[in-house]
Amino acid sequence: MRIALFATCIVDAMYPDTAHATVKILRRLGHEVIFPENQACCGQMHINSGYMPEALPVVENHISAFDTEGYDVAVAPSGSCVASVRHQHGFLADRLGRPDLKERAARVGARTYELSQLLTDVLGITDAAAELGSYFPQSITYHPSCHGMRSLKLEDRQLNLLKSVAGITVNELPEADQCCGFGGTFSIKNSEVSSAMLEDKVKNICSTNASLCAGGDASCLMHIGGGLSRSGAKPTTLHLANILASTKDEVFLP
Amino acid sequence: MTHVFLGMPAAGQGNLHASEPFPQAAHHELGNTQLRANLRHATHTIRDKRLKVVGELPDWEELRDAGEAIKNFSMATLEQRLEEFERNFTAAGGTIHWARDAAEANEIVTALIREQQVAEVVKVKSMATQEIGLNEHLEAQGIDAYETDLAELIVQLGHDKPSHILVPAIHRNRTEVRDIFLREMPEVDPELTDDPPRLAEAARRHLRKKFLTAKVAISGANFALADTGTLGVVESEGNGRMCLTLPETLITVMGIEKVLPSWRDLEVFMQLLPRSSTGERMNPYSSLWTGVTPGDGPQNVHLILLDNGRTRALSDRVARSALNCIRCSACMNVCPVYERTGGHAYGSTYPGPIGAILSPLLTGIEAEENNSLPYASSLCGACYEACPVKINIPEILVHLRAEDVDSRRGQARLPSQMDLLMKGGSWALGSGKHLGLLEKALPLGQLAAGRRKKIKKLPGIAAGWTASRDIPAPPSKSFRDQWNAEKRSQ
Amino acid sequence: MRAKEEILGRIRCALGDGPIPAEIPRAYRTGSLLPDDEVIELLVDRLVDYKAGVLVLDAAQAPQAVAEILHAARTVVYPQGLDTQLLGALPETVELIADGRQRQLSVAELDQADAVITSSAVSIAESGTIILDGSADQGRRAISLVPDHHLCVVPASTIVQLLPEAMERLTITRPLTWISGPSATSDIELERVEGVHGPRTLDVLILRDA
Ligand code: SF4
Repeated sequence: MRIALFATCIVDAMYPDTAHATVKILRRLGHEVIFPENQACCGQMHINSGYMPEALPVVENHISAFDTEGYDVAVAPSGSCVASVRHQHGFLADRLGRPDLKERAARVGARTYELSQLLTDVLGITDAAAELGSYFPQSITYHPSCHGMRSLKLEDRQLNLLKSVAGITVNELPEADQCCGFGGTFSIKNSEVSSAMLEDKVKNICSTNASLCAGGDASCLMHIGGGLSRSGAKPTTLHLANILASTKDEVFLP
Repeated sequence: MTHVFLGMPAAGQGNLHASEPFPQAAHHELGNTQLRANLRHATHTIRDKRLKVVGELPDWEELRDAGEAIKNFSMATLEQRLEEFERNFTAAGGTIHWARDAAEANEIVTALIREQQVAEVVKVKSMATQEIGLNEHLEAQGIDAYETDLAELIVQLGHDKPSHILVPAIHRNRTEVRDIFLREMPEVDPELTDDPPRLAEAARRHLRKKFLTAKVAISGANFALADTGTLGVVESEGNGRMCLTLPETLITVMGIEKVLPSWRDLEVFMQLLPRSSTGERMNPYSSLWTGVTPGDGPQNVHLILLDNGRTRALSDRVARSALNCIRCSACMNVCPVYERTGGHAYGSTYPGPIGAILSPLLTGIEAEENNSLPYASSLCGACYEACPVKINIPEILVHLRAEDVDSRRGQARLPSQMDLLMKGGSWALGSGKHLGLLEKALPLGQLAAGRRKKIKKLPGIAAGWTASRDIPAPPSKSFRDQWNAEKRSQ
Repeated sequence: MRAKEEILGRIRCALGDGPIPAEIPRAYRTGSLLPDDEVIELLVDRLVDYKAGVLVLDAAQAPQAVAEILHAARTVVYPQGLDTQLLGALPETVELIADGRQRQLSVAELDQADAVITSSAVSIAESGTIILDGSADQGRRAISLVPDHHLCVVPASTIVQLLPEAMERLTITRPLTWISGPSATSDIELERVEGVHGPRTLDVLILRDA
């Protein structure tokens, strides 16, 4: 299959390792990965902050980068960016009276997948150790990000993949389904409430005694990681793509 | 001067406003550790109960689908539904009044009480009368209104404000309730403990005589059934039955959006509501009445149909489903923001996620500080998942944020930091080239992070972020650059 | 009537975009699949969960059970239309007072009574709900409300599993009272406590048909 990588702006700029890991996993399965060059961002920061006209060029750019015949499916290592592509682009097009854009958005959305969704639903992977060679000898806990869990209904896809990695120990995170408090500009506009939510997430992570917290969204992980680091806690955060890409020959060291 | 045309939806008034911006209000509440402990305990208790009873029904999703569609149908045909209801309720001996806003509703209620020549009334918990500030209005008119719902009683005796739509005293724990009772109930046993059954008994004794002698009762209504002219109240304690059955005069105040097309629709809502609100299979008591029944219950029965901004909300195509709300409170019980700030931070009668959309929809986004409410959410989506009538609260929040941003565009003012950030972001993220150019500056970020590889302090609006979170040092090269370099080398 | 016209005008204006109401999907359960004895079992389970007292008996055993349940009462109210055989085994010492068209008890009189016994119209097993509709054997709403102890008779033939099944048997325009356990509140820390303003004791006699 020809798979187009939508790296997402935050992974592109802040976590290139995670994008490399995604590419590695897919190549290991024998797929060709392309990187549509004009991609930038899904636009959800603008949309979620209420800046619709400002969001339009961002969304239009994403759609023109991905509304091409040059690939079979697109993948992003992020639940919330895929949720935005699938649900928010049409909403924005509607709001700004752009039926043409809405149609194209639907086309792109229909074949854009979150990483665990692509691996499980499209590529039929159920055992990361056996099928991807994934090996990660550490104890982790796992935070399911809200948009993946609720908008995309990923259910246990990410967790099941993580559990099937060789060498790993997965400690259950108490109150895992609770938001970490990121919420894009929410963490700036309502930073105190956001911090209160983060504080509980950090406490819960520390209670698992895991050495790191994995997840599927770099932005939430950056938020949680920022809280862990500030509170002086030991655990760090890591994207699940990095864990799945890690092998016996090339163990990923966070 | 603005002209008001007959038939133009108008803004609601009354207890619907945030009087200080949400982040400030939240700041005060976050500092109250007792409040946070009370809220955490209460919301977590109810979440578990709700999940258990919802999980029992194999057709929960089908019931939600039906509930959503029935409400949409009612809203799309509201005029016919209300006229049909009025015809049937009137034919059964009830009297209907229409109130455009809070002031008009308060006047109608006052006049109806005066007709009965009484100076006190009993009340069963009602969001609509809370919204219009009826108790305050009656007090100014020299009429005492006694709240009879336990939580409302706690709020009233505590000279407090409600903070939740189902359990207005959710912010109080049992010890605080006992202290309020000891202070405010003259006849109470001074040995009263904080054991909830003892507290419930104290409330029973305190109100018993009032119930048995009241001439006039005031209620809200959970449902109005158009094709039969029936009203329904759902409750737990029996205070509702007391108010709806014993007095001679019953005055009900209800928002126009509460009407359901058919009596059969009850089979959907009586499954959705109790499970979503108190987390019970069914609430202890529900009462249904159709106008007047000779020889049974009040013989002088009135209903005030209230607009107070509802038509304004109805005119918003994207957000009108907010009117589908059946006030179950599930959205606030699951909301991580509500859990930490409590209901008072929202300013309005309607707190939590539904309040964050309903208050600005009823009053207009520009009213007082209501434009801060749609931002009081991380958009985690827990509310949408819990809502029995599937109101897409996160989407409406985003829509109202856009209304807010747009409403400020026309004003002559300096752009805010957020405006500038979004404008710049629109350019930077609007093409791969621009983003790529910007990413060339990543090493600067590394410089800022220094040897600790952490950014600990940012200026301006981002200072809130770095108050409790570090930012990692960026990489020296973006993925885009690395990918291109790899491709060139091949 | 200006207010009415104005509000209806506002509604027309608000719906100017002409929303089309979609078909209402009713894919939820409307018919029970359980055999009758399991439906009764379900109702018992739910009522016990609400902390009601429940007995399942043959109709012939009912008078004896009524007498046992109400043995401590001095005055018992009943609706005029109640099958008085139910009261046959009560001892002489219990004062029985009928409430009906000829003589309506005052609220104060009801408050003096120790208990009330009524029949019921329909019961829903899944939610543990008993519905009274004001028929002659159930009486007006006040009588089952004011006395502190309610003994409610539920003929097995009136029990259904699901709420939609109950709707078919109800006349919605009668004054209806749906009862699911004794009065209760969750207003203190959202924990349920039984016994507030309504009857604090609810006993239910489920009578199998003769
Ligand atoms: S919005 Fe939905 S969940 Fe919230 S109170 Fe209304 S009906 Fe309940």
